[in-house]
Formats: sequence, C-alpha cells, structure tokens
Amino acid sequence: MKQYFKNIYEAIATILVGMGVTWRHLFTRAVTVQYPHVKRELPERSRMQLFVDMDDCIGCMQCQRACPVDCIDIKTIRAGKEEDLGEAGNGTKKKLHVVQFYIDMAKCCYCADCVFPCPTGAIRMTPEYEFITYDRSSLLINFSQYSDEERAALEERERKEKEAQAAAKAARLKAAEEAKKTAAAQKDESKSE
Amino acid sequence: MEPLVQFFYILLPFLRDWPEWLALTVIGIVAALLMFGFVAIFALFAIWLERKVSAHMQDRIGPMEVGGWHGWAQTIADTIKLLVKEDIVPENADRILFKLAPAIVFTAALAGFAVLPWTQDFIPADLNVGLLYILSVSSFAVIGILMGGWASNNKWSLYGAMRSASQMVSYEIPVALALLAVVMNAGTLSMRHLVMAQSGNILDWNVFNFFPLTAVAFIIYFVASLAEVNRTPFDLPEGESELVGGFHTEYSGMRFAFFFLGEYANMYVVSAIATTVFLGGWLPPFEFLSFIPGPIWFVGKAMTMVFIQMWLRWTLPRLRVDQLMYTCWKVLTPFSFAIILLIGLWKVI
Repeated sequence: MKQYFKNIYEAIATILVGMGVTWRHLFTRAVTVQYPHVKRELPERSRMQLFVDMDDCIGCMQCQRACPVDCIDIKTIRAGKEEDLGEAGNGTKKKLHVVQFYIDMAKCCYCADCVFPCPTGAIRMTPEYEFITYDRSSLLINFSQYSDEERAALEERERKEKEAQAAAKAARLKAAEEAKKTAAAQKDESKSE
Repeated sequence: MEPLVQFFYILLPFLRDWPEWLALTVIGIVAALLMFGFVAIFALFAIWLERKVSAHMQDRIGPMEVGGWHGWAQTIADTIKLLVKEDIVPENADRILFKLAPAIVFTAALAGFAVLPWTQDFIPADLNVGLLYILSVSSFAVIGILMGGWASNNKWSLYGAMRSASQMVSYEIPVALALLAVVMNAGTLSMRHLVMAQSGNILDWNVFNFFPLTAVAFIIYFVASLAEVNRTPFDLPEGESELVGGFHTEYSGMRFAFFFLGEYANMYVVSAIATTVFLGGWLPPFEFLSFIPGPIWFVGKAMTMVFIQMWLRWTLPRLRVDQLMYTCWKVLTPFSFAIILLIGLWKVI
C-alpha cells in the first residue's frame, strides 16, 4: 500500500520535472541552422571538392599514382625544346603540356592522398560541397586548359616527332649495320690477302 | 426556444418573417458549417502549433519556409498535398468498412461540437443531458477506429485497433467518474448550466470547489482524456515506432487527412469539456475582465489545455500496454471513486 502511493507520487513528481525540462527547452535557442539560407562555416582543411590550379601543375602524375580509387586520369605531351611553358608557383620549370586532367568526383573518396605528394601544391581540397548534378557524367571534371583542337595539334605534332625519331633511329640502326657489314667485308678482304 | 435560435433571431431579424421550418433549417446548416469551418481552421492551426512546440522543445525551429512568417502556411500546403493524393484502397481490404471508418471517426468528433457552449447565447444545442451526450458520442469514435483497423486487413492496423478499443473503453470510466464528481455538486448535465453555476471570479470555478478534491478530479479527467483521444503518452493505437501507423497504417490521402482532422477535433472537444466543466467555460477569471467577450475566454482556455496536451506529448515517452491498464484501473478509477465518495460526504456533512 505504501509502495502504491509512493509510485503515484513519484510518477507525478517525475512528470512535473520532465515538463520543467521541456518548458526550459521551449525557450532555449535553436541549435539548428536554416541550411540553404545560413551556411555553417566549415573547419579548416575540410575535404570537399578537389580543385587543380593548372598554372601550377607540372604534369608529374604523382597524384594519379597516389589515388587509391583511380579517379584521376592525366595525359601529358612533352614540350618542344624551344617551347617555354613558364614556371609553377614554386619555381619548378614546366616541361609537359597537360592536355588532359580528369578528376571523377563520383569516384573520389576524399582521402586527400593526392594533395600531399603534389610538388607544386597545384591540387588541393576546397571547402566547396554543393556540387550535386542530375547526371553522374557531369561529375567528371577536366581541369586541363587545352581545347580539343590544341590537344589534337599537340598530339599530331608528337606523333610526327615520334615518327621522325623512329625513322631516325631506324636510319641510325641501318647505318650501323652497314658500317658493320663493310667492316666485316674489309676484315675478310685483309684475311684473304 | 433554443438559445442558438434566439441568438440568430437577434442577429438576423428577418429570419423571424420566414416560416419556422425554413429558418430552423437555415440556422442548423449555418451552425454546422460554422462548426466544420472551426474544426478545419483549428486543425490547421493546431498541427502547425504542434510542430512548432515540438521543434522548440527539441531546440529546433520547425517549419519556416511556406507562407513567410514562421512557415504558417505549412499545414495548408500539407493539406493540399493530402487532398490531391491518390486514394489507395488495399486489394484485400473490406472496401465499404474501409471507406466508412474515417467518416465515422470524424463525425463522432464533430458531433461533440453540438453541445459546446461558446457563450451564454451561442450553443448549437442546449441539451439538458449535454455532458452525457458528448461522452456517448465521443466513445462512438472507437467504432470507427476498430472498423478502420479491421477493414485494412493488416496486422499492424488490427493491433492498433484492438489496443484502441481496450484503451478507449477503459478510460471512459475515469472520464465519466471524474466529471460525475462535478455534476453531483452542480446538479445538472446541461453544459450551459454547468458554466452558469460557476459564475463569479476564478475561485468559483469548479477546479477550486471542495479544494483539493475537484482539482484532483480535474487532473484525473485530463489524464484520462488524453487516453481517450489517443495522445501521447497514451498513443498506443498509433504507436508509429512499433505499429507503423496503427489503425491508419493503410490509409492515405484524403481518408488519412480525415483521421487526422478527427484526432485534432477530439483534442479540442476534450479540452472544451475540461474548460466547461472545470474552468468556468466562457466566464472571465475576474469580474473586471468581463469586457472581453465570452468566446475568446472559452477558446483561450481550451487552447491552453490543447497546449498542455502538446507539452505532455513532447515530454513523456509512450506507456507500455500493461502500464496503461494499470494507470486506468488501479489508479485513476479508484481515485475518482474516492473523490465522488468524499464529495458526497462533504455535501451531506
């Protein structure tokens, strides 16, 4: 019987305590943020969308090699001897045309492993996180500043250079062979004499 | 003559020239539409308020977008969404019962409005058994809920409906007994006379009568009425975390909206009964405040009770079924009997 009244008393008392708590919270400031209107400042070094500053990129492909999910795809073309591509921000000379620099943000796992090996600090994580699209293919971003025509021209030039090199090499090889043959013939001649 | 008819005759004198049957029909239809309009607007407001109260109690701010100022039009947008949604009836459901159930629940809730005394002159029907009428009509809702749960042909719905039946039937008893404690003293069941008997200042209200006996009766009535209208902490029939949605699991669109409307109308009805019986109805708490018209006092008091219901809802977790029955049969019912006995003795001595 005593327990019965004690239970009732406790029920009422605890309900009143609970109501006091909710009453206090009715007037405390909301902790939520009205997201699209108000944006919370992200912490320093937060890892969101990747960005590549192509003025700094020297096309060394360190980031592509570091990427654990293969979301970076770079293609480079060697610059000609008389061409000057300028320097990266830290003074490293640029020797390669970076004709393709794909980053697939749909694959990216935001590990930032590509950021640390970069010798010039060209690739970095930005605090930009609103990049949803209606199509997955739009998440494939090409950072390269070369247009399709420029790229085609460079590729054409490289192909020709390679052909020329191959031709030169073949010529060199042939010449060497000839020289060998003539040397051998001369040897034979001298022996028979 | 009915106070409502007199009220309309004073308001619109040309009604006197009409034949009586026509005037009565027009007055009846207008009063019914008024009540329906009130229920709809009240539900829109109360749902918005509930979302706001719940949000602020959880340190959020709730709807903010629709309509501009604090998202006031959110429930209007939600209602339009519900109205244009597809009306789905499950394949194996009992179609007739399924479609009838929300109508019954809502009708039962709306019928309660017939005897609510808004002021001395404006009461749709001044029955001399008003309180008895409202109690019997509100228990009618359980049939609708049971019907909806059964007709859905879904185990969750049936569980919810069975719980609802056991809960609402049990809690009728403390509700009726707690009100009886007051009726014993007032000697009338008419809602209008119950309020008129409390005229004076705040201390003449029935809550402070036989202090603290009727105050306890008031608390018993309030707790039991929460269970009557399936509000948290007694929302076992819906129990969204265990029964999906309880009796209205299978309902969508318009019919779901009517269940919802019925629930909120019921909230108002039980609060209005508490106001009428315990808190002096349309009467102001002090004589000098009587320049404020009665309906404002009545709605204000009822809204305060509705707010307390919401406050409790966001404070307490749901009870277990056995705790629910324990509270009803072992706490509320014996206490209300004791109060009736004590008030009887007090009156005799």
